[in-house]
Amino acid sequence: MHTQPNVLQVDNLNIAAKSSRGALPLVRNVNLELKPGKVLGLIGESGSGKTVTSMALMQLLDQRAMQVQGSIQLNGQELNGLAPKAMRNIRGKEIGFIMQNPMNAFTPVYTIGNQFVETIRTHTGLGKKQAVELAIASLESMNLEEPAKLMKKYPFQLSGGMLQRVMIAISMSLRPAVVIADEPTTALDVTNQLQVLKELDRLRTECGTAILLISHDLGVISQLADEVAVMRRGEIVEQAEVCDLFDRPQHEYTKKLLQARPMFSGNEALSRLVI
Amino acid sequence: MSLLEVKDITHSYGASHSFWRKQDVKPVLSGVSLSIEEGTCLGLLGSSGAGKSTLGKVILGLEKPQQGQVIFQGQDVYAMDAKSRQQMRRNLQVVFQDSYSSVNPRLTAEKIIAEPLENYEKLSAGEQNRAIASLLEQVGLSSSDMKKYPREFSGGQLQRINIARALALKPKMIVLDESVSSLDMVTQTTILNLLQDLKTMHGLSYLFITHDIRAAYSISDTMAIMDNGQIAGVFHDKDEVFTSQQPAVKSLVDAMLPEHPRYRNAAAPKEAKKLFSR
Repeated sequence: MHTQPNVLQVDNLNIAAKSSRGALPLVRNVNLELKPGKVLGLIGESGSGKTVTSMALMQLLDQRAMQVQGSIQLNGQELNGLAPKAMRNIRGKEIGFIMQNPMNAFTPVYTIGNQFVETIRTHTGLGKKQAVELAIASLESMNLEEPAKLMKKYPFQLSGGMLQRVMIAISMSLRPAVVIADEPTTALDVTNQLQVLKELDRLRTECGTAILLISHDLGVISQLADEVAVMRRGEIVEQAEVCDLFDRPQHEYTKKLLQARPMFSGNEALSRLVI
Repeated sequence: MSLLEVKDITHSYGASHSFWRKQDVKPVLSGVSLSIEEGTCLGLLGSSGAGKSTLGKVILGLEKPQQGQVIFQGQDVYAMDAKSRQQMRRNLQVVFQDSYSSVNPRLTAEKIIAEPLENYEKLSAGEQNRAIASLLEQVGLSSSDMKKYPREFSGGQLQRINIARALALKPKMIVLDESVSSLDMVTQTTILNLLQDLKTMHGLSYLFITHDIRAAYSISDTMAIMDNGQIAGVFHDKDEVFTSQQPAVKSLVDAMLPEHPRYRNAAAPKEAKKLFSR
């Protein structure tokens, strides 16, 4: 079987916060690999270091406050220590980011269309008209209704679920190699959750995008991830193929996570329906 | 007699528009009726915008409905005199979704929990101190947390303080409006277990408002589904939620995420998605 090269290769990532008491480690010896079209789930409780890790991958940590050591390679190119200007070209175009609270991703004073077009034109050589067409086509592919009208709306006029889909649409339009989705469904209600995850699934099957899916929710991981890394207190304690992780968890912490879900009681009536 | 009876509530926001502005006023609640028996938990489910939180506010006496009645302990909440109202507030408490905005950031945990005690009880300093220590212990915190400020607690811990505060006056019923929705999975389960234990210990009733079927299932005795301001179904047998053909109920059930990756593209009966066979 032909193994594809990794789109994202993280080796020995160590992140520490600089303080008067020396460097306080936040993330230790993290190794991650992302292949094209594959979803790597990163699961852990709040405070485990998931978001700090994703910020480091995008070089968004303040160098004055944080120390990032280790190698972060995107298609062979080293990102750690890359000049800010070069990194800005990569962020958005090569690495997309879908954040937890979609409201925070948009400026409230500009329309969706305005922000969408600005993003497209920053990263591509497209003219305004072409950018608008691309934006509308992307919104349509997200099953958002009346995309042309949507372009004229302001972020506050859209629900969280719709905004999240707009964010994915923006990501898709640039065809990034990697998308980091940080708790993409936590701020959404249950009816929007599944829809957003299905759109992310399409992103990887149709565009071959690799996805780093960060979540504390096992249901989200269950729905989308191919492989899962379990993070605890800044370290990866277990990494496995998703079904293996659920069936044969090795680490105590993973077992605890798997048990810590509101479960349905072993009801006689329902057990009849198991295949 | 039910502890809480909600009769035919109809309500809309912005109904008091000036008469020269023509606007469609959409009712947020339409003819909503339900009841909660003492010592039981009613799970109120629905997607965002269904009207759950509005109903919660109407029940709490915070939003007077345009039509309908809320009867708590046999009395009409909106027809009470001030004194009865005050007594009602003792017995009907609430825990909201955002633990941080539910507390005064400048007060210590002790002062936060003391507030209802100071408003309603005449306790000596020693009695109050013991009461607060006991409440903290009940919610899984300790008396050493008394002098800490909200910023020193995690979201889950702060929610425990909010629950302790809600328990301070020994209420009959607590409205839990998305109380665990902002917490991570592990913390959610811990808090749900805590709520369950407290319910058994104190004979509490809950109105558990959420969009998360699993959380509602784990704690509720009865489940009700809301859709577009109306009650779409009431299920005294919780399991019937999963087999209901009612569109609003079905769409909530279908939107559930799988318990195990093998069910992610379940061509199998939808019910199979919710089961976890180890």
